[in-house]
Amino acid sequence: MGRVSRDGDSRGNAMKSGRWTGLLFVSPWLAGFLLLTAGPMLYSLYLSFTSASMLSAPVWVGADNYAAIVSEDPLFWISLTNTAYYVGVFVPLSVVLSLALAMLLRARVRGLRVFRTLFFLPSVTNVVAVAVLWLWIFNPDFGLLNSALRVFGIDGPLWMQSEEWAKPALVVMSLWGVGGMTLIFLAALQGVPAELHEAAMLDGAGAARRFFAITLPMISPSILFNTVMSLIGSFQVFTQAFVMTGTVQPGSEGGPNNATLFYVLYLYKKAFQEFRMGYASALAWILFLLTVGLTWALLRLSKSRVHYEAGHGR
Amino acid sequence: MADRHESAQPAWIAVLRASGVYLLLLGASALFAVPVLWMFSSSLQDLAGVYRQPFAWVPSVAHWENYARAVTLLPFARFLANTAFITVLNVLFTVASCTLVAYGFARFSFPGRDLLFSICLGTMMLPGHVTMIPMYIVYAKLGWVDSFAPLIVPSLFGSPFSIFLLRQFFLTIPRDCDEAALLDGAGRLRVLWSVILPQAKPALATVVIFAFIGSWNDFFGPLVYINSPERATLTLGLNMLKSQVLGSGTVEWNVLMAASLLVLLPNIVLFFFAQKHFLRGMNIGAYRA
Repeated sequence: MGRVSRDGDSRGNAMKSGRWTGLLFVSPWLAGFLLLTAGPMLYSLYLSFTSASMLSAPVWVGADNYAAIVSEDPLFWISLTNTAYYVGVFVPLSVVLSLALAMLLRARVRGLRVFRTLFFLPSVTNVVAVAVLWLWIFNPDFGLLNSALRVFGIDGPLWMQSEEWAKPALVVMSLWGVGGMTLIFLAALQGVPAELHEAAMLDGAGAARRFFAITLPMISPSILFNTVMSLIGSFQVFTQAFVMTGTVQPGSEGGPNNATLFYVLYLYKKAFQEFRMGYASALAWILFLLTVGLTWALLRLSKSRVHYEAGHGR
Repeated sequence: MADRHESAQPAWIAVLRASGVYLLLLGASALFAVPVLWMFSSSLQDLAGVYRQPFAWVPSVAHWENYARAVTLLPFARFLANTAFITVLNVLFTVASCTLVAYGFARFSFPGRDLLFSICLGTMMLPGHVTMIPMYIVYAKLGWVDSFAPLIVPSLFGSPFSIFLLRQFFLTIPRDCDEAALLDGAGRLRVLWSVILPQAKPALATVVIFAFIGSWNDFFGPLVYINSPERATLTLGLNMLKSQVLGSGTVEWNVLMAASLLVLLPNIVLFFFAQKHFLRGMNIGAYRA
């Protein structure tokens, strides 16, 4: 850092100006942080204690919104349960599946690039287009999935039209996009030194033992990273459910019978279909605290289990 | 390297293992590729063909007119123009703002810099839904609802991921280059423009691609802020088309698949041409872990 000050001198202007220049350069982000993140968060916290709607000015109601949400709003509990189901099923499955794919890709195979491209492509595509595609795939009579099941003599479920199968269908569809996580695992696996495996082989360790004793600990930072990102992302599941259950009548989203009414979808409906901004802000803060709490718990729990190499965290 | 330490095993085990791996990989590839092929095949069928059981993967006649119908049922040319306009501005603004901010974080020392940088990284994990309602109210007060402004203006303030990516890259450029230019009397902006940026092209490409994809694919923003059909983006338009087609008598899945495929096409093309930039972005994301 000393060198920066020195050339400040050599240019003949005051050393201190370097500091202000630095701040000036980061000021777009700083202004954005204050105007688009910190300010709105505080405003939203305030709104959550008011009866604000788009038409009426906010009136302070204390903790009424929170009390009503927890004690009088069955849809809140339904949406929370739906989201918990989605998070609980999707997060572990996505981590395990993407790791399995990465392990397959790590084996020195011909055509690695082709496979990598195929696996990764769905995760950079357009969610709306993909949701429309899967709506057709899940079509009970003519869809690809039930047609394929019929070949094996299985009569497939109604998928998106069934209360019981709509959530599993969304999980299956989301698993189609695990390619991004696979790439992160692949990079981590390639960073595991081959000598460790060789030494363990000489000691007579089998493939399973080497996987659990060497591979898993060595890639634990990327497991944590993928788990946290998957967790945060699945708490916010919205677009798939909105597109796949929405019909011409507004407000139909989240069906059948609220089976896909996920938390953010419910929040969206409260805020932008009913315009109950105060109530919706309280919903948003509950979700925010839940997400932060769970992420924090996950980071705490993993602290002793995640192995960081010296010098890895720069 | 994977099979070097496996070489102690008899050859037939190695062959068996390799074929097992290929079999699994091919199976997994099918799961990823078949839906897209089916989408393409559906888009070329006539209405009878799309509902024919068993499904004929190769239609006897390719009905390309489905694509014409897909883009004329709703004004998709308009949606494309709107999306292109929003995306181009977002990319330009993101590159400009993130470059300045990343340069500030990479090359200057000022009080609170490291704290500010950690905050910047922290906001990456922040779910957007807490700020969405107040932002809507503010934009409504500004009279910006049902305009492109709420979809574009935020990019003037940079995006944490791209700032991080560029800053990491700037740090790898030797300071001697800047200092030589500064001694020659160049200003900071001049140094950034003619010394740093030419060397940071790979990182800039990654930022451009992520900004493009983020803006092109955005659904939530347009859904919340755009009301008029003539200001809709492609994602919003596709959702409108879906509702319209699903609401009609016999659902024209062939037309819906054609429209979806057209919306996907830029992503696929971009992905094939710029795969290495995607990979760099992903790896930077992982490195943060």
